[in-house]
Amino acid sequence: MKADPKGVLTGSHYLDGDHACSEGALAAGCRFAAGYPITPSTEVVERIAARFPLVGGTFIQLEDELAASIAVIGGVWGGAKALTVTSGPGFSLMMEHIGFAAMTETPVVYIDVQRGGPSTGLPTLAAQADMMQARWGSHGDYRLIALCPNSPQECFDLTLEAFNLAEQYRVPVVVMLDEVVGHMTEKVVIPPAEQLEVTPRRWTDKPPGEFLPFAPREDLVPDLCMFGEGYRFHVTGLTHDERGYPAMNAPTQERLVRRLVDKIEKNADKILRWEEKDTEGAEVVIVSYGITSRVAQRAVEMAREKGVKVGSFRLITAWPFPHKRIAELSRSVKSLVVPELNLGQMSLEVERTVAGRCRTIPVLHAGGAVHRPEAILEAIMEVAR
Amino acid sequence: MSEQREHPVNKFLRMDRMPSIWCPGCGIGTTVNCFTRALTECDKDLDKVAVVSGIGCTGRVAGYLNLDSFHTTHGRALPFATGLKVANPELDVVVYSGDGDLSAIGGNHFIHAARRNSDILCICVNNFTYGMTGGQVTPTTPEPAIASTTPYGAFEPTFNLPHLAASSGATYVARWTTFHVRQLARSMRDALSKKGFRFIEVIAPCPTLYLRRNRLGEALHEMRFYKEKSVIKHGADTREAALDYRGQIVVGTFVDTRRPTWLEAMNKRMSTVLGEKFVPYALPTREPKV
Repeated sequence: MKADPKGVLTGSHYLDGDHACSEGALAAGCRFAAGYPITPSTEVVERIAARFPLVGGTFIQLEDELAASIAVIGGVWGGAKALTVTSGPGFSLMMEHIGFAAMTETPVVYIDVQRGGPSTGLPTLAAQADMMQARWGSHGDYRLIALCPNSPQECFDLTLEAFNLAEQYRVPVVVMLDEVVGHMTEKVVIPPAEQLEVTPRRWTDKPPGEFLPFAPREDLVPDLCMFGEGYRFHVTGLTHDERGYPAMNAPTQERLVRRLVDKIEKNADKILRWEEKDTEGAEVVIVSYGITSRVAQRAVEMAREKGVKVGSFRLITAWPFPHKRIAELSRSVKSLVVPELNLGQMSLEVERTVAGRCRTIPVLHAGGAVHRPEAILEAIMEVAR
Repeated sequence: MSEQREHPVNKFLRMDRMPSIWCPGCGIGTTVNCFTRALTECDKDLDKVAVVSGIGCTGRVAGYLNLDSFHTTHGRALPFATGLKVANPELDVVVYSGDGDLSAIGGNHFIHAARRNSDILCICVNNFTYGMTGGQVTPTTPEPAIASTTPYGAFEPTFNLPHLAASSGATYVARWTTFHVRQLARSMRDALSKKGFRFIEVIAPCPTLYLRRNRLGEALHEMRFYKEKSVIKHGADTREAALDYRGQIVVGTFVDTRRPTWLEAMNKRMSTVLGEKFVPYALPTREPKV
C-alpha cells in the first residue's frame, strides 16, 4: 500500500542522517516511539518528539534503554508501528529485548548509531563495531535483519525499508548507522506519499478461536492480530507452540527456533540488498558498508588511475549476509579487501564465506575517525603487485 | 445426582493450560480467583483487558488468564505495559508481578511508572522470595528470614512497597493478604474502575520455599497468621505500613486520589502549546487490505 501522506515530508531537504531516519520512520507510518538519550543517536528521537504531535504520533522518553526496548514491543502488539533508537551502551542493554522480539516475532525497528567502544568508548566519534553484536548479541539462536545506510538519503530510504521488512517477516530490524553517517548533512529527497510503498501488517483474516498466532504461512512467517480485538491470545518469550502457549520440550524448541532461523535464511534472496560496481573482470573487489564505503570509493578511484582492475561491493543488508554472491565473487577475483571501522567483524564473515578460494584482506581501524583512502589503496596495491 | 455446573472462575481461565505450575497452598492462585471476581463485578469488556506479567511464579498469571496476555522478560512488565497502553489507550492494562520481579530487577520501572502516572493497574504478589528459582532473598525478605542465598538469615533493610508506590506518585495504593479474599476482590474491582498508576500489594504464602525453609508450617497456618496479625487501617500513612518478620501486617486502602495520567498530561501540554496544530494519537486500526 502507499504511505500515509500525513507523515511524509515530501520535498528536497538538507538533513543529517539521524533526522533522515526520523523522517523515514514517519513515512513508514511509525506513530509510536520510545527512547532514552544517548550520543550520537539522540537527534533521531528529538526530531520525532517535535514531529509526532503534528501527525498523530506519540513519543515517550523512558527511564532507560531496557524500558525503551520493550515498550516498543508493547506498542507493536497494541497495533502501532514502533521504533527505538540508541548507540553502543544502550544497544548492549537492548540485547535481551531484541532476542525477545525475535522470539515473539514482533515487527519492530531498532536504530543503532554506532560509536567507538567497548564500554563508554568514544561517545561522539564513529565506529562500526556493533556489527557482530547486532547479529549475535542476544542469547540463543535467532535471526534478524540489519541494514547499513551510507548517506542521509539512505537513512531515510532504509528506515522506511526497515519497517517494511519488519512487517513482511515479523522480525526485529536494526538500522546500523555510524556516527559519521548519523551526523553528516546532505541532500535528502523525500518523494510524494503515493510513490512510497509501505508494507501493511500481516493481519489475520481468521476469527478468534481459529487463529493461531504462531502458525506460519508458506513463507514461514505467521500472520498476527493486535491486543483488544477479541482474540484473547498469549505471547511469551518461553518456547511456545503455534497457539503461543509455553511448551518447553525439545521437539517444540526444534520446530520453533528452526523456523525463526529459516524464515530469514530461506527468504534471504528476497531480503538481501547490495550495490555492486565494476566487479565484472575485477581482480580486486572492495567489500564495505556505511561510511567506510564512501572512503573506499576514493581508494577505488586512485587504484583505477594506477590501472588496477578493482570493483566494489557495498553491503546494504549486513544480516542476512550475501553469502551466495560473495562466494561467486571469490571464484573470480584474486582478493576481497574489507575495510571497516572495527578490528575485524564483517571481514570475518567474508573470510568464512570465501573459505580460502581467494584472499581476504581486512583493512581495520579501531574507530574514532574514518580510514585514510591510502590505507585501503595500499591493500589493493598489495594484491595487484 | 445434581447437574454438574461449571466453576464460575473457569470462563476466565485457559482451561487447556490447567493444572497450573503453582504448588499446593501457593497464594498466587487465590489472587487470580479474586481478580476474576473483580472482573465479573466491574463490568469491563474483557476483550479490552490485557494482562502483562514478567518472570517468576507470579509471572505465569498472564498465561493462565483467558484474556489478551503477554509474558514478558524479567522485571520489564511495566515498560511493556506502558508501551501497550500508550499505543492502544482504550485497553485496560493490568500488570501482574512478583516482589522480586517488580521491586528488584524491575524497581526502576516501578518508581517511574508511578511517577509518570502510567494508566496501569499493578498487582504485586509479595511472597518474600524468588519462588521460581528456588527461594532466594528479595528486596522484601525481612531480617532474619532464611532464604537460599541468605542461609544465615536475611539482613538487608526491605522495601515497604505501598510506601514506595505512594511516595513515587501512585494514585491508588492498597495492601491485602490472601486471607482477605473479599476485600482483595473489592479492591481489585475498585482499582479497575479508576485511572492512573494503581498498586495493590498482596501478601501471599510460598509454602514450598519461604514457609518451609523458615519452619513456619503449612499454608493453612499462614492464613491463621494473616488473620491474627492483620490490622485494617484505611487511609494509613504508608510510612507506618512497613512489614517486619512475623509482626503486624497493616492492610487496607492507603491512597485513593486522582491526578492526570501520562497521556492526559501529554495531551494537555500539546493542546496548550500547539493548539489546532496538535493531532492527537488515533487508536490503531488495521490497514485496509490491498
